[in-house]
Amino acid sequence: MLEERPISDFWFQKFLTEEKLMGCKCTDCGALFIPPRQVCVGCSSLRLEWHQMQGTGKLAAFTSIAMVPPSMEKEGYGRERPYCTGVVELEGGLRVVARIEEVNSNQPENIRPGMSLKVCFLHRESDVGKTTWLAFVPSGDTPTP
Amino acid sequence: MVGAGMSPFGMFPERDSKDLFTDAFGQMLKSVDKGIDPSDIDCLYVGNFTNDLFVHQSHWGAILSDALGLVPKPATRVEGACASSGLAFREGVFAIASGFYDIVLVGGVEDMSKRTTGEVADGLALAATPYEQRAGFTFPGVFGAIATAYFDRYGASREDLMDVTIKSHNNAPLNPKAQFQMTIGDFMKKKIERARAKGDPIPEWSDEKEFLHDPKANPLVAWPMHVFDCCPISDGAACVLLVAEELANRFTDDALSVIGIGQASGSGLHAADNLTSFEATRCAAEEAYGMAGLGPSDIQIAEVHDCFSIAEILNIEDLGFFKPGHGCEATREGLTSLHGPKPINTSGGLKCKGHPVGATGLAQLYEIWEQLRQQAGERQVPIDNLSIGAAHNLGGTGGTCTFTILERR
Repeated sequence: MLEERPISDFWFQKFLTEEKLMGCKCTDCGALFIPPRQVCVGCSSLRLEWHQMQGTGKLAAFTSIAMVPPSMEKEGYGRERPYCTGVVELEGGLRVVARIEEVNSNQPENIRPGMSLKVCFLHRESDVGKTTWLAFVPSGDTPTP
Repeated sequence: MVGAGMSPFGMFPERDSKDLFTDAFGQMLKSVDKGIDPSDIDCLYVGNFTNDLFVHQSHWGAILSDALGLVPKPATRVEGACASSGLAFREGVFAIASGFYDIVLVGGVEDMSKRTTGEVADGLALAATPYEQRAGFTFPGVFGAIATAYFDRYGASREDLMDVTIKSHNNAPLNPKAQFQMTIGDFMKKKIERARAKGDPIPEWSDEKEFLHDPKANPLVAWPMHVFDCCPISDGAACVLLVAEELANRFTDDALSVIGIGQASGSGLHAADNLTSFEATRCAAEEAYGMAGLGPSDIQIAEVHDCFSIAEILNIEDLGFFKPGHGCEATREGLTSLHGPKPINTSGGLKCKGHPVGATGLAQLYEIWEQLRQQAGERQVPIDNLSIGAAHNLGGTGGTCTFTILERR
């Protein structure tokens, strides 16, 4: 199945709908990337293959957005109901940007980088049909610092 | 650089890109000490980010060339998000350095206020990476996230960023072209007067920071960025005239020389080597310093890309003016104020002067032109032997950066 899926953002997104967090690995130097890349930034190789990533990590940076773009307004977010999004550092040090769910977006002063997180997949209906957003939720593995 | 002009920045329902650009052009012509015949201009480079979306019109090179009466001279539009006109300036420098052209007009323009705030935010988000867009990031959100990483790493807080905002608002009323002509103290007085006129309870704030902490006066945009941490939506244009060094005396005895110019790219939040610094800024600065044979301490005055309060802190550290983690302390101590040893954003910066994105890079160079030539009026910095200034222009999530060093000889 993986052979039939060229490395691209289209298939990265498709894997998310299947609840898989897929990055890629350079078959020449072994470097890992997420989101996937078609060119290895370590050794310039074009030979990369899909690689399933661990869905655990910690919060590196975040924001709680109260002045929301039209697409998020449609999901019911706004000044009274901000949403949280951030940068997650996965085990191994790679980072992804993702929605942060199940935190109190109305009290961002209580959210701290360093919090342990695990991946979750938000399946939504949108104007362009069904789509899945990459998200993370607190894993509760360690107390929030 | 033998001439520079800039339109006022603000929200102008009755002025379009052509009007604004022509205004800047007219002022540039007047600024050339010995005069310039516009028919001597060889070509035009225009920085513009996304008027395509903001006013549903592309092809600004030809349109503006026609508006200025420069047809059939070549005109080229340059796009690099909020660094579009920093890039246009660099193209102009290359055009002359290559020997291909002798007299080059470089301009920048953006017309943003004809759309709703949501539409403008959507347009600006085009400069984020696709992954940031899918994660729901807005631009204030990107810089908000960077601020949380900075706070976590260095123990800084919102209070520290307020020092940047207060400084920008102190400088802007001294700049007649700035969008906001008010200090934070002026905003406080205005709110009190308005409450009194309406018979509402009179708000009380002990100082500027208490006002900035008040969520009614300064609501949340994207934590920890509040309204007063963010640059406004603006319309405006700026342009400069570049000529080959050997021709400069034909136009003025007081030209500015481009002695260093750097440009670099970056990858966005997920791939950044460091969330509290922009690689593109560090690399562009290194290139420009190397070309000029100068270091950060030689830059006497600078305009830096403060699209958000936290951005000014990152920039003054990335450019080497202050050590990483020391930008807030330097700002708090007044080192970057108008009368400090390293004045930053004397124009009011993007925060208060306004940020018509495609015009910003050249508006920064316009401010350096005014300061180095001792023409900045009330906001003229009191530095002895002022001769070297620089402008730092940043696009996207640190995706594009230019850093330009000018010298008055």
